[in-house]
Amino acid sequence: MSATSYGWLVLAFPVAGMLIISLGWRLLPGRLPGWIGTAAIFLAFLASIGALVDLLDHPEEERQLVDSAWTYAATADFSADLAILVDPLSVFMCLVVSGVSFLIHLYSVAYMGGDRGYARYFAYLNFFVFSMLLLVLAANFLILIIGWAFVGAASYLLISYWYQRETAVRAGIKAFVINVIGDVALVVATFLILDHVSSLDFLTVFEGADRAFGDNDGTLIAACLLLLVGAFAKSAQLPLHTWLPDAMEGPTPVSALIHAATMVTAGVYLIARMHPLFELAPTAADVGAIIGCATLLFAGTVALAVTDLKRVIAYSTISQIGYMVMGASIAAYGAGLFHLMTHAFFKALLFMAAGSVIGAMAGIQDMDRMGGFRRAMPFTFITFTVGALALAGFPLTAGFFSKDEIIAYAINRGDWYVALAMLGYVGAFLTAFYAFRMVFRVFLGEAVPEARELEQGHLAHGEPMNPMTGEPEDTDVGFPGPEHHVAERAWSMKAAMGPLALLSIVGGVVAIPGISDILEKFLEPTFEDSRFHDTAPTTGAEVWGLVAGGVISILGIGLAWWVYVREPGTATRLRERFAWLHRFLVNKWYFDELYEAMFVRPAATIGGFSRRVIETEFVQGTIVGGATGIVRVGTSVARAVQTGYLRLYALFLLLGVAALTLYFLITSS
Amino acid sequence: MDITWYLVLSAFVFAIGAAGVISRRNPLVVLLCLELMLNAGNLALVAFSRMHGGEAGQVFALVVMVIAACEVVIGLGIIVAMYRNRLPIDVDEMSELRG
Amino acid sequence: MWFEQVLFFIAGIGALAGALGVVLLQNPFYSVLSLVGHLLGLAVLFLLLNAEFIAAAQVVVYAGAVMVLYLFVVAYIGGADEPLRPESGGVALFGPLFALAIAVELCIAFIASGLQALDTRGADVARPENADQFGSPGAIGELLLTDFLLPFEAASFLLLVAAVGAVVLARRRRGLEEPSERPEPPTETLEVRV
Repeated sequence: MSATSYGWLVLAFPVAGMLIISLGWRLLPGRLPGWIGTAAIFLAFLASIGALVDLLDHPEEERQLVDSAWTYAATADFSADLAILVDPLSVFMCLVVSGVSFLIHLYSVAYMGGDRGYARYFAYLNFFVFSMLLLVLAANFLILIIGWAFVGAASYLLISYWYQRETAVRAGIKAFVINVIGDVALVVATFLILDHVSSLDFLTVFEGADRAFGDNDGTLIAACLLLLVGAFAKSAQLPLHTWLPDAMEGPTPVSALIHAATMVTAGVYLIARMHPLFELAPTAADVGAIIGCATLLFAGTVALAVTDLKRVIAYSTISQIGYMVMGASIAAYGAGLFHLMTHAFFKALLFMAAGSVIGAMAGIQDMDRMGGFRRAMPFTFITFTVGALALAGFPLTAGFFSKDEIIAYAINRGDWYVALAMLGYVGAFLTAFYAFRMVFRVFLGEAVPEARELEQGHLAHGEPMNPMTGEPEDTDVGFPGPEHHVAERAWSMKAAMGPLALLSIVGGVVAIPGISDILEKFLEPTFEDSRFHDTAPTTGAEVWGLVAGGVISILGIGLAWWVYVREPGTATRLRERFAWLHRFLVNKWYFDELYEAMFVRPAATIGGFSRRVIETEFVQGTIVGGATGIVRVGTSVARAVQTGYLRLYALFLLLGVAALTLYFLITSS
Repeated sequence: MDITWYLVLSAFVFAIGAAGVISRRNPLVVLLCLELMLNAGNLALVAFSRMHGGEAGQVFALVVMVIAACEVVIGLGIIVAMYRNRLPIDVDEMSELRG
Repeated sequence: MWFEQVLFFIAGIGALAGALGVVLLQNPFYSVLSLVGHLLGLAVLFLLLNAEFIAAAQVVVYAGAVMVLYLFVVAYIGGADEPLRPESGGVALFGPLFALAIAVELCIAFIASGLQALDTRGADVARPENADQFGSPGAIGELLLTDFLLPFEAASFLLLVAAVGAVVLARRRRGLEEPSERPEPPTETLEVRV
């Protein structure tokens, strides 16, 4: 089978899974929907591997294969096809997406057990994976936009999965609205590009770009900036990042899938895919790099102060994606994508482990109430620590090689990019610190009652309540099921977390500088037309960068250990000392309040005004009322003739006859 | 006499009948006035028949008489039914055909 | 000839007087009688127009049968015309007005030179010896059975329908009481089926 056939299969399996589950959920008892969903993604993963194998069979020059299933519309200038592009970049993304999704499905089979919307969950999840795969396999802008929009919709469905919870619904709407901003920007960018290049197909556009646009052309910069807006909305970069922390309202596996490994990486994929355009418009690429850098610092600082466990991980995601965006913008494509892969591993792992801890805490997510789970949940402790080590970039973990490679590239570019690199190191320090802040606070220290109960063998049960607002809830349909699941007790959760932990450690092997460049060589067919193709840093420079990164991460971990383990009251004292700073950080730099004042309030005012004045008074009253009023008056005039009096009718008859006679008299004379 | 005289007379009788239909409230009298109008028409028909010299007009007048008879019969039947059902014998009261 | 003219005026005035009487007299009985007079006047006018058969039919059928029927019904229904509600002004005012307008227009049409075809005297109605006279029953009969057979048959059908209709309309339905009879109080209570 050819690589493109495998490509279609990769798309077909999740769709099949979704259809089977959503149409036949009544016939599927117990956890069967979960297993069907998992199997569908596993088959998609196998198909991706098949595509990989087949692609490698082709010689290097021919590794960008397009297959069109159906032509929507063919005009003189261009045609819009349902086409997929199987090339190293898309196969790479497919492998990462389907692989990590498969593990997350496996995890969810146990985690979501007992929830009444079990089948709905897996149908949504399969739909999401399908959309993401469609996005990465798209061969033209049309399919890209379709996949983009589907991913946004799927994320909305999954974030507000527990739809009875008002905070979840609001979070879902917020995510969707911000994603729509990105969608609009993407469509406008597509139009601008279409206008100049007269084609929607990626390969055609990339080849024709340097002829259609001059260097640093205004339109191209505008188009690339709009593409960036789309990428930022999807990847939660500044200033469109506010939806991601709120999206933690969704179930933990959803956070693992969408907000760690797949959806948020769509922005990075977009920049990498559109690299010919970005390289022709360096201004836009620079904007991307700056925003990426700013985001990673911003998110890192906020993660220092927030206490909700999932939100710390969420901010860490924002921060790491900042690294990826920065990497892709400075043309370190291989490094950026490598970090994407390793991040998928360890971030998903972190979320899964956090889910296990939250299960042990009976739904409570506040770190202030957690502690000392080391003895009660050893497996979770080990996997969480492995993930945190990879996140922090501890030497020899996967995260170590990937993150520091990006920074090394930045240094190599010279000029002001070095400043970005330095800020990247600062961010790495912060990352290491907050990663182990989590580890030490949750697993070390005094064991809290829930942990002690678990050590004795029974899982704590609390009153079901909203983790954000603390108000009690009714575990009716849509709500978290009454059961809580811990990794130690569910084999499928362990089966999912184990491989990820392993990959977080050894995943770096594909791109160790000087020793192996498997990833770089694999991705070369896609990126060989890059201008910066030959400006990779030397092995020596990379090794220096790695050393620096390793030192920084160890310093960060050490500082965290000192603050939280060695001198336990330090954090509290610091918080009191810098109360204003702490408040600033905990309120996420007041971005939400800013947007509320800038956009939400005016929109609400305009809406209220429209409803009161324009709709009710003007449209309903004047236009509609006026029209009906005229009709009513007119008909009442007409109705006055129909009195029912025989004599009146006879009179009218007579009148008519008289008038007719008069007419004939006049016309005949 | 000129035919014109007969026709003018027929017009006057017709007008009187029309005025009567509108002015009177007793349905019996209204029917009578209808008869007046029919008769005026008859007169005109016969006058024209005399004018042209053919009897077609007279045949037509005969048919009109037949029709008038039928109409009177049915009309009176209705009025008798109204009376039997104790409805008021007044055309102004029969105003259900209202818009 | 002067005889003809005098007769015309007498009959004409009689007809007009009868017509006015129908409209103006309050008692419906008198109105019917007035119409009878009108019909007789009209019969004379028909005779003046050489329509013998029609004149006879008018007197015998119209005045003789139809009006007698009318008299019966008027006798049955009742007497004076008492208005149940006060007169509504507008209709009563405009009715005669429009009727007058029609009369005036028609007169103008007849008298003025608009209708040229009006012959002042009439055609010559002399016939050959063996033919039927103009207006005689034979002539009418011949036309009825040859040229105007269809209207003849249709008219007879119409008469049949009218006769049946009259029977249906005026028959006594069960339970319906005459207004002159005293209504008896019901002796049994009505059964109401739910």
